[in-house]
Amino acid sequence: MKNYETVFILTPVLSDDQMKDAVGKFKKVLVDNGAKIINEENWGLKKLAYPIQHKKTGFYQLFEFEAEPTLVDALETEYRRDEKILRFLTTALDKHALAYNVKRKSGAFNKKKEEAKS
Amino acid sequence: MTLVNEPINRADQKKKYCRFKKNGIKYIDYKDANFLLKFVNEQGKILPRRLTGTSQKFQGKVSQAVKRARHIALLPYVTDSLK
Repeated sequence: MKNYETVFILTPVLSDDQMKDAVGKFKKVLVDNGAKIINEENWGLKKLAYPIQHKKTGFYQLFEFEAEPTLVDALETEYRRDEKILRFLTTALDKHALAYNVKRKSGAFNKKKEEAKS
Repeated sequence: MTLVNEPINRADQKKKYCRFKKNGIKYIDYKDANFLLKFVNEQGKILPRRLTGTSQKFQGKVSQAVKRARHIALLPYVTDSLK
């Protein structure tokens, strides 16, 4: 089992419910493939630094999970099949990243979290 | 005015240091775009080590983090007015 973190951007044309459905769908992919979800964050609608597919904003969603490496392929295939996904990024976490994320979750970086929400 | 080059007092020049080593930062978060702004110029290019003083080890991590941030549109690939 390894630790991973995945961030994806959903297209802004979705309504709130559709957005939640899409997030739920990817969460289900993770859980069905035997991942243990450690953390999830919804950053809401954020402005993109540059347009992607002519969109200037997007819904950001983050999952931190622990799973077998084979799951990442399955997850990314699922991302590619879904037209609602503008971008995704999956990274493996090393021990320093884990320590950092624990601190981040416990609210040591409150200032940053507020920015992430806004 | 003398014809001899004046000696440069190197001690007066501030010594550069690696901020990650000094502050004990082990992981550079690609999600923290505001922090990464310190390592790019106003066009969004990554600054060289000779300007920031970052050690080789952490320059690689900064570079990786900036590139990840660009991929998920937290930082621009190209721009004219970042700062």
